[in-house]
Amino acid sequence: MRIERRLQQPRWLMVAVPILSIAVAFVFATVILLATHHPPLHTFRRLVDAAFLGNGALTETLVSATPLAFTGLAAAVAFRMNLFNIGGEGQLYAGAITGATVALLLAGAPSPLVIAAMMLAGAAGGALLAAIPGILRAFFSTSEIITSLMLNYVVALILDYLIFDSHSYLRDTSGFEANVFPQGKTLPDEATWSSWSLHGLVVPLGALVAVGLAVGLWGLYGRTRFGFEVKVIGDSPRAGRYAGMRTRRKILAVMCLSGAIAGLGGASQDGDFRHQLDPRGLTQANYGYAGIVVAALARYNPLAVVLIAFLLGGLQNAGFTLQGADFPNGLVGVLQGLILFCALGGELFVRYRVRFNRRQAPVAEPAA
Amino acid sequence: MNNSLLVVVLASGIAYGTPLLYAALGELLAERSGVLNLGVEGMMLVGAVMGFWAVQRIHATTALALLGAIGVAALAGAVMAAIFAFLVVTMRANQIVSGLALTIFAGVAGLSSYLGNDLDLAKAPARHQFQEIFPKSWQDLSIVGPILFGQSALVYSSWACVILVALYLTRTRLGLNVRAVGESPAAADAMGINVGAYRYAHTLVGGAFAGIGGATFSLSITPQWVAGLTQGAGWIAIALVIFAFWRPTLCLVGAYFFGAFTALPFALQGHGVTVAPELFQSLPYVMTVLALVLVSSRAARLRFGAPAALGTPYVREER
Repeated sequence: MRIERRLQQPRWLMVAVPILSIAVAFVFATVILLATHHPPLHTFRRLVDAAFLGNGALTETLVSATPLAFTGLAAAVAFRMNLFNIGGEGQLYAGAITGATVALLLAGAPSPLVIAAMMLAGAAGGALLAAIPGILRAFFSTSEIITSLMLNYVVALILDYLIFDSHSYLRDTSGFEANVFPQGKTLPDEATWSSWSLHGLVVPLGALVAVGLAVGLWGLYGRTRFGFEVKVIGDSPRAGRYAGMRTRRKILAVMCLSGAIAGLGGASQDGDFRHQLDPRGLTQANYGYAGIVVAALARYNPLAVVLIAFLLGGLQNAGFTLQGADFPNGLVGVLQGLILFCALGGELFVRYRVRFNRRQAPVAEPAA
Repeated sequence: MNNSLLVVVLASGIAYGTPLLYAALGELLAERSGVLNLGVEGMMLVGAVMGFWAVQRIHATTALALLGAIGVAALAGAVMAAIFAFLVVTMRANQIVSGLALTIFAGVAGLSSYLGNDLDLAKAPARHQFQEIFPKSWQDLSIVGPILFGQSALVYSSWACVILVALYLTRTRLGLNVRAVGESPAAADAMGINVGAYRYAHTLVGGAFAGIGGATFSLSITPQWVAGLTQGAGWIAIALVIFAFWRPTLCLVGAYFFGAFTALPFALQGHGVTVAPELFQSLPYVMTVLALVLVSSRAARLRFGAPAALGTPYVREER
């Protein structure tokens, strides 16, 4: 058996591998469920019901899918350039902080203005945070992997500090109860992002923004000089430099773009769903890390990110809904991990061809 | 004297630093062979839950039960690492994404919680736990008592591990081979070293260390099972390896340094000073970023930098 590199990656395999990965992951999950005495078919049926088929399930799935689409796009944009921004988590928090601050500051202004300002502030917050690992990578060649990861924890702690350990502007300090159980100030009504109802399916503004963004990014990476240069630098930084591309500038630009997208996701958390700065909810959801799963499964294609975000959002939503005594706790993480394992392993078959040549002619011994 | 701030912080800094030290030593071994495993947090949590399970089920004397539990935790960590090693060594997958996948699979929202819930572990504290091994009179010695003699067996064995790993990497043929694999797998391959086997072995041992680090939480620090009880220690351990410039002895110093930051807010509170704990908790992360910037200049990288082949899969035909 030999493994050799494919010169061209066949299209059908790029689609088949993610689909097969999901199927194989469910097979592994079945084994785990059987080994721990849970009925697999019944469990999966409840999962699918809670994610897609049940009453109002799709609306809830969109709630989980929207942030995943943002963080997935953020990861896809950077990873496509071999720039491993795993700070999507922290950049989302940063966007949530700046978005909520602007919403509170602008209370009373016309709603479209507040919403637009929140989007800008969220994107700016995420981009500023991402600029730190970006600058360090571009000018000091410091690995962006660890620095962006470390900043996730720093921002998570800032988030905790703002609400639980200080009397900050963002914290609700109005009544006795608010002082005993700390929580963020409720955002003004003008800061609630619009949503549309289609046959009972509520589509939040954030979801539409994410879809629009995905189309835009697809155009940017597929149709413009910027996108072309990013791909060249990603595949071979040296070739990019010899061709006169400004690698440092590109690294910084892509890092900020990635951070801005994640930050926008944070602002959407404030405006679409939570209507306050909610540290517990944000840190427990792990949208940033799950976004990397989404991007990897979508093979860093922005349009595919939206689709995968919807599927994994369903899974995540089912995990929240079914949390309880009779449903195996942690199954959703196990499933997500398994799907990603299979997709990563399956990548081998996209990039390489496995050849079985049993009838290979025996190599003649050279005459002594 | 023994209640003074410095002594309390040092003593509890060593206790809190021990799980970091175990996990960092394991990650160091994997990274020295060129494998960057970001799944430490997941491996620690699975080690914690399985170690705790073992201590509740093994009916034996305290010492034997704890020894068995540590063995089970190490095995559980190694099994998790085996999944990762298969992906990155055999299937040539991206190490960063694979490591994150491992943390998602095994972490707070994944297998560790699944197992903890399914084995019904959250309801009771540990039946046995690690305790101070030296007599009370030694522990009452001024200053050195609490710091040196007031610790559990896990702390003393971690010191032995540091020495062993340091000697292994610098004084044995195997250790030198590992470093060759991490610096230049192609050259190592040409020397006749089996690059894949070395990477498998060190990733697995790294997982076992992470498992023990996790069990330190569930059998000594906490000592009970709570979902996600490591609270990000796995990520600090990864940071620690960089902070220590990939040296086992510096890992020890760094682990206690970071451990002391965890202990400091509690100790200050005991002295009537309230400081936002977030300030101290964020210091390890900020300092790691700074340390990383320091080591990334070209001169520093040649002097004490990362293994040159860290994070890159090795394929013989594609040098």
